Amino acid sequence: MRSRLAFAPFWLTYLFLYAPIAVLVVMSFNAADTPYTWGGFTTSWYGELARDEKIREGLVNTLIVAAGSTVLATVLGTLLAVGIARHTRSKALGALATLPAILPDLVLAIGLLAFYSAVKATLGLHSILAAHTVFGMAFVATVVRTRLSHADTSLEEASRDLGAGAFTTFVRVTLPGLMPGIVAGALLAFTLSIDEFVIAFFTAGPKDPTLPIVIYSMVRFGVTPEINALATVLLVVSFTAVVAVQRVTRLTDALR
Amino acid sequence: MRSLRRVRPRAEPLVLLGPGLAYLLVFMVVPLGLILSYTIFQRGRFGGIVYEATAENFTRVADPLYVDVLVHSVQVAALTTVAALLLGYPTAYVIAKLPPKWKTLALIAVVLPFWTNFLIRTYAWIVLLNSQGVVNSALGDLGLIDKPLELLYTDGAVITGLLYAYLPLMILPLYSAIERLDPQLGEASANLGAGPVRTFVSVTLPLTLPGVLTGCVFVFVPSLGNFVVPELLGGGQSAMVGTLIRDQFLKARDWPFGSVLVLCVVAVLVVLLMAQAWASRRYSGEGDRA
Amino acid sequence: MLRLSAVTITAALALFSAAACGGGSADGPAAPDALDANADLSKQTLTLSNWAGYMPEDLPAKFKDKTGAEVTVTEHATNEEIIAKLTAGGDSGVDVAFVSGQFAQALAEQGLLEPIHADLVPNLKNLYPEATKLAYDPGNKISVPYTWGTTGLCYRKDLTGYEPDSWNDLLQPKPELKKKITMLGTERWMLLPAQKSLGFSANTQDEGELAKAKELLVKAKPNLLAFDDTTFGDRLKSGEAALVEAWDGWCPTTEKNIAFTVPKEGSDLWVDTMVILKSSKNKEAAHALIDYILDPEVHAWAAQNIMYKVPNKAAMESLDAKLVADYPHLEMSPADLLKQESLVDLGEAAPVYTRIVTEVTAR
Repeated sequence: MRSRLAFAPFWLTYLFLYAPIAVLVVMSFNAADTPYTWGGFTTSWYGELARDEKIREGLVNTLIVAAGSTVLATVLGTLLAVGIARHTRSKALGALATLPAILPDLVLAIGLLAFYSAVKATLGLHSILAAHTVFGMAFVATVVRTRLSHADTSLEEASRDLGAGAFTTFVRVTLPGLMPGIVAGALLAFTLSIDEFVIAFFTAGPKDPTLPIVIYSMVRFGVTPEINALATVLLVVSFTAVVAVQRVTRLTDALR
Repeated sequence: MRSLRRVRPRAEPLVLLGPGLAYLLVFMVVPLGLILSYTIFQRGRFGGIVYEATAENFTRVADPLYVDVLVHSVQVAALTTVAALLLGYPTAYVIAKLPPKWKTLALIAVVLPFWTNFLIRTYAWIVLLNSQGVVNSALGDLGLIDKPLELLYTDGAVITGLLYAYLPLMILPLYSAIERLDPQLGEASANLGAGPVRTFVSVTLPLTLPGVLTGCVFVFVPSLGNFVVPELLGGGQSAMVGTLIRDQFLKARDWPFGSVLVLCVVAVLVVLLMAQAWASRRYSGEGDRA
Repeated sequence: MLRLSAVTITAALALFSAAACGGGSADGPAAPDALDANADLSKQTLTLSNWAGYMPEDLPAKFKDKTGAEVTVTEHATNEEIIAKLTAGGDSGVDVAFVSGQFAQALAEQGLLEPIHADLVPNLKNLYPEATKLAYDPGNKISVPYTWGTTGLCYRKDLTGYEPDSWNDLLQPKPELKKKITMLGTERWMLLPAQKSLGFSANTQDEGELAKAKELLVKAKPNLLAFDDTTFGDRLKSGEAALVEAWDGWCPTTEKNIAFTVPKEGSDLWVDTMVILKSSKNKEAAHALIDYILDPEVHAWAAQNIMYKVPNKAAMESLDAKLVADYPHLEMSPADLLKQESLVDLGEAAPVYTRIVTEVTAR
């Protein structure tokens, strides 16, 4: 009954979300230099993209940072989530663990810039990695905590009653039960790190930019048709990845 | 939380909580503390910090010029949030009522743009809204306008860009909340004689309120601190606190003043979160869950 | 539990500080190193920061062929950006930076620059005599000039309908040009038009004068399309803008309908220079790079490809006559150039300039 009225915004949303993307995809095949005229069909921008060293370098750096920070964030975040759920009633600790996810990225970025500057740290991929771990950890912890709140502790109790030590119980009983949450959290952390611009921008060293930083320089200096090709490629890769992930983990179930 | 166990190893809390908390302390608490401390110091001649206490930064930020920028930023973020809600709620509702196969597809379709690079997506709007851009060309070709509309470099462009960036963050929590609704409640309401509007206002909306509030926070917070969208789509005409902060740290090198601006943003945030917690407690009766 | 957490936390902090501080550079004045003229450059690597498109793309490759040293190029969009990176504390990782002269002066006063060892840069002899007496660094002790020029009005002859000749054409434009004007958005060059049109020095530290300049800028802002340091050339070409403030080399006079002029009230003399960071661990290679760039053939690239005047006598004299005819500003002699006001560091007034920029752009 309600649905009739709701359909207009529904379609409008998808139109809104995909119109710019359609423009990018179409433009990636446009032979003309500017997006405002059509110069014929071409795939040359894709060729240029493949040859672009800066983009390749950015991509490699982004993957290094994302992989590294995700691993670290998953470990720290999972431990933290279990610890908070099991050993404290403090709302403050819970809020602290979630804070990086809620804080505007600019605030965190500025804070880290100030911190690195104060300890005179050399900036590089490691400084970005450390920064990404902070918010990655918060997302992992949040997802795992949600999972924990629905979890059944009787299995663990049984394990302990049967004589297994704390560590064994954790590894053989608790972790497997949490695995869907941990994987979802890790995926979330990975995704966020890959596209993350603001924090990387403030904590990067002069030499190793991540892909978003490379793109920012390209976009700032004006129109480059290569960007459209890059956007299309990213879209296709993401689509494949999301579909694959969904098949494997039923990711959307984590939204319940 | 279960005290049924007889032996609780003392090391367990340390192992679980220690690493994570230590990391957060070093990489979040200390940095934020530093920023807080800079607010009372001064900028050196070349940039950098001179450690002489002063209230100058606070009096400077009280200047109407900066208050205006802050208010304007809050306005833009709020408008973005409202737009996201107006578009997002019906969309989430429809998705929640779809048959399972379509539901998954619809959700993926919402999230997918989110996975292309944020900067490129923002840049796409430049192409669309430019005076020779797609929108103006189309309107011109259709004969609806005779000279290009000034779409870019306006508040509207910035709101569009922000909305575009964060709309999925509104839809997902809303979907989650609507999906959990017990359909029998809606039926019961109808059986008792309430029309669709009444049912929505008195039953559906209050029950989904936590999701609404979460979605609003997820859109408002990043919108407030964003500097990329105002820079690319606002052309420096739309003064936002995010660009101001970025400039203080990377151009003007006035870290103390920039820190005060950061503090203002955090203050707005704290007020917002407290309001969310209060509203959530009051209307859902269940106590809030993050 | 609290006690144990406190122990962990302190341990973590200590560990991290040790790691970070260990990696940072040691503070304290170092005795000026004697540099080894025969150092093996193939063992050195350089990180260089410059504006995009400001030097030949094959420079790193050619330099590597010649000396064996690896060069990584990173970009900055404005002086302020690179200065912020260089002054943020710790080793920025940059060996050679391209910054405008007045900023080189400021960096030197903060003790961040390595003096230029002239014996390692024999090509300094190629510079014009005028280029060794520049106000921000007489004798080129801490910097070496790369390009120089002036700032002026860059405009579309067909869109403006007249030939602008004054900074007021920019600041108080004709009604039909409103919203088709851009100005440079960085400290010195944002204030320049206002300062010159009011008859003030571009290096003024007088608070009264600066306040008046600021007022003029605040009034001018509503007429602007944007403050633009990077895309004003494209905007002129596409017609989005009709009249912009531009550095002479960035004005795309290749287009038939675009022209450049220095306003009658006068303008600045800016010099983009190369500096070597004191924190660099590859100082010999850095000097070799600068020497390589000063080679007339290499240096002439800037004039031939990006239409910037270089202070290299040998390079400028080797330019094709037709090129100079196409780009009249290349003809400007050093003597003429020096009639404009040389930009120097602002001393104690520097924070005032940055504050003005913030307050004008925040409206």
